[in-house]
Amino acid sequence: MKLHEHQAKTIFADAGIPVPNSRLATSVEEVLDAVDEIGYPAAIKAQVHVGGRGKAGGIKIATDREEAEEYAGAILGMDLKGYTVDRVLVEEGVDFVDELYVGVTMDRGEGKPVLMVSTEGGVDIEEVAAENPDAIAREHVDPAFGLHPYQARKVVYEAGVDADVALDVASILSTLYDLYEDSDASEIEVNPVMITGDRDVVAADAVMNVDEDALFRQPELAEMAEESYEDDLERKAGEYGFDYVRLSGNVGIIGNGAGLVMTTLDLVDYYGGKPANFLDIGGGAKAERVTQALDMVFSDPNVDSVVFNIFGGITRGDEVAKGINEALAEFDEIPKPVVVRLAGTNAEEGMEILNTDLIEVEETLEDAVQRAVRNAEEVAQ
Amino acid sequence: MSIFVDDDTRVVVQGITGGEGKFHAEQMIEYGTNVVAGAVPGKGGQEAAGVPVYDTVDEAVEAEDADASVIFVPPAFAADAVFEALDTDLDLAVAITEGIPTQDMAKVNKRLGETDTRLLGPNCPGIITPGEAKLGILPGNIFADGNVGLVSRSGTLTYQVVDNLTERGIGQTTAIGIGGDPIIGTSFIDALEAFEADAETDAVVMCGEIGGEDEEQAARFIGEHMDTPVAGFIAGRTAPPGKRMGHAGAIVSGSGTGTAQSKIDALNDAGVPVGDTPEEVADHVESFL
Repeated sequence: MKLHEHQAKTIFADAGIPVPNSRLATSVEEVLDAVDEIGYPAAIKAQVHVGGRGKAGGIKIATDREEAEEYAGAILGMDLKGYTVDRVLVEEGVDFVDELYVGVTMDRGEGKPVLMVSTEGGVDIEEVAAENPDAIAREHVDPAFGLHPYQARKVVYEAGVDADVALDVASILSTLYDLYEDSDASEIEVNPVMITGDRDVVAADAVMNVDEDALFRQPELAEMAEESYEDDLERKAGEYGFDYVRLSGNVGIIGNGAGLVMTTLDLVDYYGGKPANFLDIGGGAKAERVTQALDMVFSDPNVDSVVFNIFGGITRGDEVAKGINEALAEFDEIPKPVVVRLAGTNAEEGMEILNTDLIEVEETLEDAVQRAVRNAEEVAQ
Repeated sequence: MSIFVDDDTRVVVQGITGGEGKFHAEQMIEYGTNVVAGAVPGKGGQEAAGVPVYDTVDEAVEAEDADASVIFVPPAFAADAVFEALDTDLDLAVAITEGIPTQDMAKVNKRLGETDTRLLGPNCPGIITPGEAKLGILPGNIFADGNVGLVSRSGTLTYQVVDNLTERGIGQTTAIGIGGDPIIGTSFIDALEAFEADAETDAVVMCGEIGGEDEEQAARFIGEHMDTPVAGFIAGRTAPPGKRMGHAGAIVSGSGTGTAQSKIDALNDAGVPVGDTPEEVADHVESFL
């Protein structure tokens, strides 16, 4: 779960990390009120979960009121890589002489958190990692002990941070690690940490992602997650408790189990179609779940056809079929063609009782996907 | 022959009095698995799924000589349950639970390095040696005894591939779901190493997915250490960067690591053919036998 920059910065500030003075705004008027208070230069930053906001035109620096009005008008409401910008962070411009990168994340291979520091901040750190991996200093933390303070200092010195600010940077890093642990973050990143002309250290950006599996014990963050949805369908999926990812194609996909749903997406692509979504309804397929899943894909205007692929493991195919029939009974007419494929336990019995007045059935995964792709082509024409 | 479990494996089910735990304990017993006990705090002295329940894993091991556990404990308490299994020195612990916080698993992983217990999972369907034992939630009826080993990160994808194999009369020595989380116990390499050493496994199927670098490492292992032929499948070719595809571990990071293409290339470099469809994976396996 990704927090917005303004949410992460509030958390940072509460933890004592220096951040620039800022205000959240949802209209041009609010932006102007904010700059009147904050002064110039002021950064106007789109609050959307998109990497490379600056390059895409989602961050502008205003040097006077006229520019602030112009940029606010341009950024609010703009489409940034598929997301509509509905709020911006208005932030005092920091006069910096140097930029650093600091981050904490989980190193999957090691099974341990890792601290990362680089003096090549302010640019795409992933490019730095790819082209010049030695420019990033790393220090693994033993998850059972937690961070020893010396480790934060060690990695900061190792990265070559200027000696006069090194301890301040180490202190920020140490606080970030505490936040990482206390809030079950999966990733915390500040890029850049700015060093000002007065040799102050400021967290100018903030990325904080939280482990969705830990939200049960992070009630405040779970609340922030609610505010953090940017897509009505993703919000709906959150309410239904589905694993859902919206994509850009027109073949809607419903299935059970992440690996098999991913495979279904891949097959849609392999047979020349374009997947519209990833939707894993999980174990079982009670009528209510099926209805909710169909509701999700039907309410996506991009979807032209649907493939419904269930491998009944412990769940019996005939029960799944009953669930589908019950769900279908709620529709007089299917708004988009649906191809169903059932496999596994009692699949044959299930296929026999499926209500084929409203849906099409196929026996194999490959056939079902190809049919759904053809259906989508026909509808799109 | 088989790897990790057989009809001698004596199983304790942690969380046997819960809905999932009880149902799957019954299913395991029906399949012929030697389930000898359950362990649930506060439920000692009761009976569930026809076996005695103990308050602790330690008591279950003491009384019933269990050497493996299957864990059906809700996410908030699951790491504790895994610690209990590890600290009891079982040979094998299979964690079915989905949704254990990653930082909990980092702590578990640290302890794992200090014990001799093999951990499978979490967030996995378990392990089955057809005709002998199943520890987990895999549907026993789609498996058949045979000479192909299978290791996979995903449950239902495993079933799909196994179904394609069994339909063609190709049975399995052992099938293992290692789990879809970022931090897991048994890795692809652990399973591949065991299959390579198993005299009855004549071919292996490895089903990976996007995220992490485990498949790339496994590919290098295959290239350097395996004579047994391996066929591969990688799910998530169409996954966009930065989006978690259901499994907590299935995410392509922005830096381009963990992509399907990098895994497919690594496998191909190691001489492993990768199917475009599950059906093609079965074709490759058939050509090995």
